[in-house]
Amino acid sequence: MSKKSFAEYVANTQVWKSIFRHGPPDNARNRAAVVAGNVFLHLHPIKLKKSGVQLGYTWCMGGLTFFIFLALTITGVLLMFYYRPTAEYAFTDIIALREHVPLGIMRELHRWGAHAMVITVWIHMFRVFMTGSYKPPREFNWGVGVILLTLTLLLSFTGYLLPWDQLAIWAITVGSNMAKATPLLGHGGPGAALAKIGDFVMVSDKNDVRFQLLGGRFVGEAALLRFYILHCVFIPIVVAVLIAVHFWRVRKDGGISAPL
Amino acid sequence: MKELINFLSIPQYAFTSLLILFFIGIKKIDFVGSKKFGKILFWGTIIFFLWAMTDSVFFATISWPDNIPIGILIAIVLWSTWFSIHKAVENDARIAKGEPPIEGTPENREKVWTWPNLVYTELFAIIACTIFLVVWAILFKAPLEEPANPTWAPNPAKAPWYFLGLQEMLVYFDPWLAGVVLPGMIIVGLCAIPYIDINPLGNGYYTFKQRKFAITTFLFGWLVLWIFLIIVGTFLRGPNWTFYGPFEFWDHHKVVAENNINLSEIFWIKLLNVGLPQNIFLREILGILGTIGYFASVPLITKYWGKNYLKRMGNIRYYLMIGLMLVMMSLPIKMYLRWLINLKYIVFMPEFEFNI
Ligand code: HEM
Repeated sequence: MSKKSFAEYVANTQVWKSIFRHGPPDNARNRAAVVAGNVFLHLHPIKLKKSGVQLGYTWCMGGLTFFIFLALTITGVLLMFYYRPTAEYAFTDIIALREHVPLGIMRELHRWGAHAMVITVWIHMFRVFMTGSYKPPREFNWGVGVILLTLTLLLSFTGYLLPWDQLAIWAITVGSNMAKATPLLGHGGPGAALAKIGDFVMVSDKNDVRFQLLGGRFVGEAALLRFYILHCVFIPIVVAVLIAVHFWRVRKDGGISAPL
Repeated sequence: MKELINFLSIPQYAFTSLLILFFIGIKKIDFVGSKKFGKILFWGTIIFFLWAMTDSVFFATISWPDNIPIGILIAIVLWSTWFSIHKAVENDARIAKGEPPIEGTPENREKVWTWPNLVYTELFAIIACTIFLVVWAILFKAPLEEPANPTWAPNPAKAPWYFLGLQEMLVYFDPWLAGVVLPGMIIVGLCAIPYIDINPLGNGYYTFKQRKFAITTFLFGWLVLWIFLIIVGTFLRGPNWTFYGPFEFWDHHKVVAENNINLSEIFWIKLLNVGLPQNIFLREILGILGTIGYFASVPLITKYWGKNYLKRMGNIRYYLMIGLMLVMMSLPIKMYLRWLINLKYIVFMPEFEFNI
């Protein structure tokens, strides 16, 4: 059997045809069908303006941010198999991961991927600004993007604590100490001292925003659990939902921006 | 040479040079966007990094695994800025000749099939990105330091690199401003951009001339404030958050005399020679008035600069924009006050934890 006819044979099997319900995308009808019929590809329109597909226009930065987010989800799940978020085990689990998993680069991929995502999301925003793509009708989607950017930073920040080494707890201590200075809501912030009824102090280090964030007055085991849940469950879900909104709006706002 | 760079990286000199370079760049935008400048920038950054890495101190900083992304970031920021300016300048030349921007030529307006035109580009980007990450992951181990020890703080204790701009702001502002109010204003300000900027031109293509003010303001915040402060916080701050040049060894015993004083002390003690008043509001009156005056200067700004903007934008947009810009400019202003007259606080009311 020659190569050509083997490929033809496969493409004619019932299995293949049950998965790909159209012929090869070399004519207009099938090119439309392949994009419209695939749940991932149908994020795209079937046709788009030539200016919008050029790498020089979008730099593919939004797309890469999304790709890295997916890669982080997968490597993150793999890491969760080995990691227990308690003061007793967190650090040693990371050591074990390093020493007992042969050729393991999951932790590296996850960490460098997280850094890379911060960079790509910033550059994506920069590109969107420089092409004026936030202008009507895309104002709202820019706002969704700003929230995504903030959440990306928070994802990275909450993950920073999980290795439970010196770098982790002190970086988070520096960061979360900011919360204590929140006006009115942090016990070291302006106005908190005024929130007093007689001797009763309303905002103290036992109930202010930093306490809520850390589950305590310092970065301890409660903070580790909170950050773990925020990092592995809550923020990723919110980000995933917002990315869906973001993509939907890119389409509904008329696709990639182009001169009017 | 290294001595010179160490000297020039002292924040006040580095910031002033950057400021001057930035505005020269804006004035000479056509040159910045030229291929020639792009080549200089490209090879300049590469040669600088290679040369600097021959220095053991610089090498130790840049090759510390968690700092590598900042090296990448700096390169990408410089190149992407150049690239967008380059495309903008090209388009501006076309527009000046009466042609549409390159994105708007009939050929580029035509619709093409997503498959294969877009999907293959995406596939290529994904593969390139994967290779890049895998190589990075193989070359550099993720760092792991001593187990967490709540009783012993490393010095310096640094936040992750993307927050070092905020941590660097702590030098000039108290945490309630540097860590809460200003970051909040950045988020609000970013969200507000599309509603403030009602210039209909420059939507969907690169241009500079049609959006001069918007782009200059954004680049100022992005490059001169955000990226610059991150670089300072990462590369130039050592133990006790003291300044160290990029080629300077982190000597833990370096002592820098801190003789910063508050505005109230300058006013009552140095100038009037009468000692601080008991009443805190009287004591801080100058700073309070100064701060109020800063934000109350809006009518003056409008009169001499913003009249046309006000007419075009309407009240809400205009005042929101001016407010946000005054907040943004408060950072360089406070930085210069620190450098020029060693000013610590403009308003110092520790009684309410209210220090500006
Ligand atoms: C998790 C973060 C984000 C992801 C995954 C994401 C993804 C994307 C993708 C795939 C596109 C299609 C075009 C392109 O690739 O450039 C896009 C467009 C867009 N993004 Fe994002 N983005 C994110 C964050 C942001 C941020 C931070 C902003 C701005 C503050 C933003 C604003 C926009 C806008 C306005 C568009 C429409 C651009 C146009 O039509 O040319 N996004 N985004």
